[in-house]
Amino acid sequence: MSSHVYPKEKEIFPGLQLEKVDDRIMTLNVGPQHPGSGHMRIILKVDGDYIVHCDPDPGYVHRGEEKMAEYRNYITNIPHLERPVIHDSCNILYPYCLGVEELLGLEVPERAKYLRVIAAELNRCVYTQYWLAIYGIFLGHSTMFMWPMGDRELVIDLLDKMTGARVTHAYFVPGGVRNDLPPNFEDVCLRQVNYFEKRLKEYADIFYDNPILISRTKDTGILSREDAIKLGTTGSVLRASGVDFDIRKKEPYDVYEELDFQTNVLKEGDSYARSKIPWLDMFESCRIIRDALKKMPKSGSVRVKLKPNPKGGDTEVYRRVESGRGSLGMHIISRGKPQPYRLKISVGSFRNLIAMPHLLTGEMLGNMPAVYWSLNYWPVEADR
Amino acid sequence: MSSADSTEIVKTDDSSLTSDLDKSLSDSISKKFSNVEIAYVKPDRIRVNVKKEEIIAVASFIRDELHFDHAESVGGVDYPEDKQIEVVYHLGSYTDPSLSKHILALATRAPREDVPRPGNDSTILPSLRDIFPSVSFHERECFEMLGVYFDGHPDNRRLLLPEDWADIPPLRKDFRIKGR
Repeated sequence: MSSHVYPKEKEIFPGLQLEKVDDRIMTLNVGPQHPGSGHMRIILKVDGDYIVHCDPDPGYVHRGEEKMAEYRNYITNIPHLERPVIHDSCNILYPYCLGVEELLGLEVPERAKYLRVIAAELNRCVYTQYWLAIYGIFLGHSTMFMWPMGDRELVIDLLDKMTGARVTHAYFVPGGVRNDLPPNFEDVCLRQVNYFEKRLKEYADIFYDNPILISRTKDTGILSREDAIKLGTTGSVLRASGVDFDIRKKEPYDVYEELDFQTNVLKEGDSYARSKIPWLDMFESCRIIRDALKKMPKSGSVRVKLKPNPKGGDTEVYRRVESGRGSLGMHIISRGKPQPYRLKISVGSFRNLIAMPHLLTGEMLGNMPAVYWSLNYWPVEADR
Repeated sequence: MSSADSTEIVKTDDSSLTSDLDKSLSDSISKKFSNVEIAYVKPDRIRVNVKKEEIIAVASFIRDELHFDHAESVGGVDYPEDKQIEVVYHLGSYTDPSLSKHILALATRAPREDVPRPGNDSTILPSLRDIFPSVSFHERECFEMLGVYFDGHPDNRRLLLPEDWADIPPLRKDFRIKGR
């Protein structure tokens, strides 16, 4: 590894160097145009069938979100901040809105808090279904690609009714949500969520109890509890390794404290456990949505009115939420201007990246897709 | 929409909401290290500013005695008027249930040069990778985005930027986006 360290004399450009050819070790590029990899390259070194070195190389979809945020004010930052993960856009805007509300001292109306929770949980299902579909096709299971993609439409349809857009909702704003529910939404939502949950149960038969899936994912890529903590992994990766940590429970934001749900924890730490946790979480999301629909105030304001160009004080906040891929934190530094002085986005995908070389080194090449995608990694989000 | 229309809302003082645990955490750090500045103690959020010579000792103390075990985020901030670049480590705990809500921000500053030569100038900080292995990718990102070289990090390579990026580190304030 020492030959890769920058700065180095023989480099053509920083990070770009010529490598000596070895007869035994073959370098294999996975991505960046791999259909499932999602614009992310993993540089593998293989000895026969075994991976001896793994070097993840993200950055193919780096958009400079953090830099862009420094030029736009607190409201105009909303639409571009959801781009890193458009099918979980509510959850990526959540910490931003919580942080800006803390900066500006805004009190969110009660009904808006429930609407946010419903939108965030629906969005979590949309994300997880997409992820699950790709996990299916990674393992050569085309039915598992079709089913989640089809059932995802049910939830997208609900979000479409709620926010007016299928994927890029821009629904959350500092001080509440953009608009109230359309008439009769509660009944439609309840009906579709119940049917969605019924469909989820059928995934057990075709996927999770499937001996082919079990033989491919059980006991591959085992991440021990100690390593999961030490490497600072988050979300489903952490919970599959036996650590009970969900920010919705540990540091409840908005109304999660009042809602009835549980955290799913598995002890195995292998790819099978990691693939199962997001699926189990979707049942909890359905529970949360039903509970929130019941407890939500039936009327009232959904947004506090903001003055044009609101300015924060000379302070900073760090807020985090549980997104589909784990903890999503935003560190906002304000220096009395309408724009943030610095916005640092800390995403679950980027934090789980460190587990990739840890798990893939020593693994067989054929297990690479099963381990890689089980890390609940979304390349676009990691690049920001 | 002129700036005269805007109002500045001053945040109310929330020091009454801070718990005893918040205070005891900050007290134990300030008792142990006299040069450390406790920047603020808010509910569940503590910020500690340290000198770069001391950061290894303070970080080891935070890990071993206060049981913070992983880094949530590592972000660099450029302060051109102070001629300094700040790196903020947000640390959290999975192993200690009483600390699961808490985030401890550990901040340190490196000198900033007007003409940066990443890796070859005085903008160097000690790496916390040996204490918190979870910072390794974050520090790599910080190196390319702000030009802070982490001494002791074995892998100060490009991460997100293109390999042939030949401009200054983009998160510095003197790097301007075109047309803005």
